[in-house]
Amino acid sequence: MPRIVKLNNRRLFINPIFNVIALLILLFNPTANVLAREITVKPGTKTNTIQKAISMAQNGDVIKVAKSTYFIEELIIDKSVNLIGLDFPVLDGLNKGNLIIIRASHVTIKGFVIQNSGISNIKDKAGIRVEKGDSVNIIGNRIENTCFGIYLAKVNCGTIRDNTIHGINSVIQSGNGIHLWYSHHINIHNNKISGQRDGIYFEFATHCEISNNLSENNHRYGLHFMFSNNDNYTFNTFRNNGSGVAVMYTKHITMTNNTFEQNWGSSSYGLLLKDISRSVISNNTFSKNTSGIYMEGTSQVKAEHNNFLNNGLAIRMLADCEKDTFMLNNFIGNTFDFTTNGSENLNYLKGNYWDKYSGYDLNHDKKGDIPYRPVSLYSQIIEKLPSAVFLLRSFIAELLDKAERALPSLSYVNLYDNEPSIKIIRP
Amino acid sequence: MYKIIKYVLHDIFRNRILLAYVVLLSLSSFGLFMMNEDVSKGISSLLTVLLIVVPMVSILFTTIYFFNSYEFIELLVAQPLKRSNILLGVYSGVGLSLLAAFWVGIGLPIIIFDGTVVGWYFLLSGSLLTMIFVSLAFLASVLTRDKTRGIGISMLLWFYFTLIFDGILLMVLFAFSDYPLEKLTIFLSCLNPVDLARIMILLKMDISALMGYTGAVFNQFFGSSLGIVISISVMLIWVAVPIAIALRIFERKNL
Amino acid sequence: MIQIEGLQKRYGKIQALRGIDLTFNLGQVVALVGPNASGKTTLIKCLLGMVIPDGGKIIFDGNDIKGDVLYKRRIGYMPQIGRYPDNMRMGYLFGMMKDLGKTRVKELFDEELIVAFKLEEMFGKPMRALSGGTRQKVSAALSFLFDPEVIILDEPTAGLDPLASEILKQKIQKEKDAGKLILVTSHIMSELEEIADSIAYIVEGEAIFYKSIAEIKSESGEERLGRALFHLLHNLKCTR
Repeated sequence: MPRIVKLNNRRLFINPIFNVIALLILLFNPTANVLAREITVKPGTKTNTIQKAISMAQNGDVIKVAKSTYFIEELIIDKSVNLIGLDFPVLDGLNKGNLIIIRASHVTIKGFVIQNSGISNIKDKAGIRVEKGDSVNIIGNRIENTCFGIYLAKVNCGTIRDNTIHGINSVIQSGNGIHLWYSHHINIHNNKISGQRDGIYFEFATHCEISNNLSENNHRYGLHFMFSNNDNYTFNTFRNNGSGVAVMYTKHITMTNNTFEQNWGSSSYGLLLKDISRSVISNNTFSKNTSGIYMEGTSQVKAEHNNFLNNGLAIRMLADCEKDTFMLNNFIGNTFDFTTNGSENLNYLKGNYWDKYSGYDLNHDKKGDIPYRPVSLYSQIIEKLPSAVFLLRSFIAELLDKAERALPSLSYVNLYDNEPSIKIIRP
Repeated sequence: MYKIIKYVLHDIFRNRILLAYVVLLSLSSFGLFMMNEDVSKGISSLLTVLLIVVPMVSILFTTIYFFNSYEFIELLVAQPLKRSNILLGVYSGVGLSLLAAFWVGIGLPIIIFDGTVVGWYFLLSGSLLTMIFVSLAFLASVLTRDKTRGIGISMLLWFYFTLIFDGILLMVLFAFSDYPLEKLTIFLSCLNPVDLARIMILLKMDISALMGYTGAVFNQFFGSSLGIVISISVMLIWVAVPIAIALRIFERKNL
Repeated sequence: MIQIEGLQKRYGKIQALRGIDLTFNLGQVVALVGPNASGKTTLIKCLLGMVIPDGGKIIFDGNDIKGDVLYKRRIGYMPQIGRYPDNMRMGYLFGMMKDLGKTRVKELFDEELIVAFKLEEMFGKPMRALSGGTRQKVSAALSFLFDPEVIILDEPTAGLDPLASEILKQKIQKEKDAGKLILVTSHIMSELEEIADSIAYIVEGEAIFYKSIAEIKSESGEERLGRALFHLLHNLKCTR
């Protein structure tokens, strides 16, 4: 801001009263850009392109863009400006490259329709691409028909909220909706993402908050999460994505109050956990997924107060998982409650509600008197003999499970809930 | 023959057991649809009814009806009527009544609540299963003169198709688990119409996603129009062959 | 009208008919007599095509009945125990039988017995609600319904009350006089004496004699048929 101050200094001698006021404001409110210039971009005026406005702008300026359609390609924002669309002006990339590239800190982009990025299998082309900028805010945009929606590389601090991102809906060429790489302290809130490869993609992104987003109808994962420690995600909905949500090679993540639903497909999961440790999964709802949670190589994951409703199989836990706990969850209407590929079990189940439990509670402590074995005999047979799935829903499959209840020794998997709840658990 | 069908229908529609069957089916289907807010879950629960109750009632009701009408059939044989026409007439009458019962008891609720492709597959398979087990019942009935033995044979057939066959199949799969068996199981499923019906419906339901590689192989076969034509043809063969054998036996049977 | 030649029938190990040769003509009332399980009912069922014989043949009005059903148009049959669809009303049953019998030779129905037995009063009742005797009346009425040339009655008076028996006997006499062929099985000799003119005696699947009642009586010198038969059989055994 040195130029403005200098300008005011010159005026000091011309208009003392004005100068005093300006100085007072400057003194008492030094961070606000009250003295920032506002540049309006409008067709038919001198500043008829955003490019011109940016080249004119100083750090801290506000560039307001009037409603119109602007054709842009690789618009580089290298100054700390606030780019604000009035009544959703359209930025059209004519299917060439990236639309907006941010290479400065303290940039805000708000209120635009950003559409038609280029599509390339080699270079990641995005609606908004942030490279090395900190404190970036991307708010309330509609990003449509882009390969990647919002792409953050090496960004520290920022907010991505209230955006709607709808991709090109191509199985092969779609990129990710919100893509974070080596970025930290990013707040991703209330976005709607669909038609992308992955709805939200995190790689080496830490200390982020992902909340109240809706990620649906993406071709691969609703959320894809790798090497990204210490993140929280809460109150998100992941619906009908090709393979559900994948969280991999990560520790210290908190997943609460999310909904994972309708992820159906032969290799689809509500939530896929691979090499996850010391994380919390609580108060989530897993509904109508082929597999509610698929766990591989997890340790010390706490799953509590989750609802597993009408999934093909609620939880598949491979034998390399250890010290995970499942407590106070509801298992209702799942074809299989639990499957595993081993016989030894190093995990802990307690106090869950299982609708298939047929035990009794003679001492009225609201806990079943005999343990519940969530791994059914038929699912153990399928484990050994995959083609036995041919008998799914047959009379013999049902009889096998009934037989196992009468003769628990038929079962070889050593997994119990010793205190199954008699009633559905309400939080 | 049409006259015989007419009179069998006239008789059977007053039958209380048939009425009870309709009520049972209606109660279970309406109940399951009302209980599960989710329609596909209702269908899924109804699948058990379709695969166990429908074959059982079809085969037992038909066998009992046949033996209860034995003297009536004798009376008809003493008339100037061809034996094949008499048996086919009674067969069509019983078959039509059980089909009607199935459509009223299960078809109507499914059309009201569901009406999707799964539902239509369900109704098609159910109709074919009904006719197959009516055919099998006629075969069981003409094999013996004794009502108790006839019912016994019918129960055995039902038991075989709903349980024993699958048990043997499971053992075969275990014994040859080192080999890729998916294609073989497609062939083996043709040997049991109940399995065939179950697979056809399952593959149209969400639950098929659970079936993994086996399901993929099945889907490739049963999902193709050729596969559907083949499986429906196999079911029709299952309708035709038992009643054809029953006819041959009945032509020479001493009443 | 009916020629039976070398008729054989075996049920498993039991040889029910061992080569029976008999000829029946119109205007005859022939009684088939013999001990229980002698093969009378099997013979009748062969005539009606309900049992397929193993050997021999049956010629009906010059044609072999094998593979034919149309000859049954000309036969009325009253089974030993008539059972009908439980839920069917009697009136409906008669209607149905008339309907099924439309291929018969004559379109006129002989409803004399329906009237004589007063069955019309019970037309509204379902068959299951009827007594055994009433059902026998229905069977009898049905066997005459189409005014057939041949009438086969298997134990017709068993279970009928005396009045109904008498009506039936009069009906048989009347049809005989009209030139019909009537085959009757019965164990009641006095009754046969009234209605039959010949007796075919069947034992263990063989017709050991077939004579007119007058002949039997004169040969044995007995006035009552029962005793006459007894004598005759005794003599036969001795000559064997």
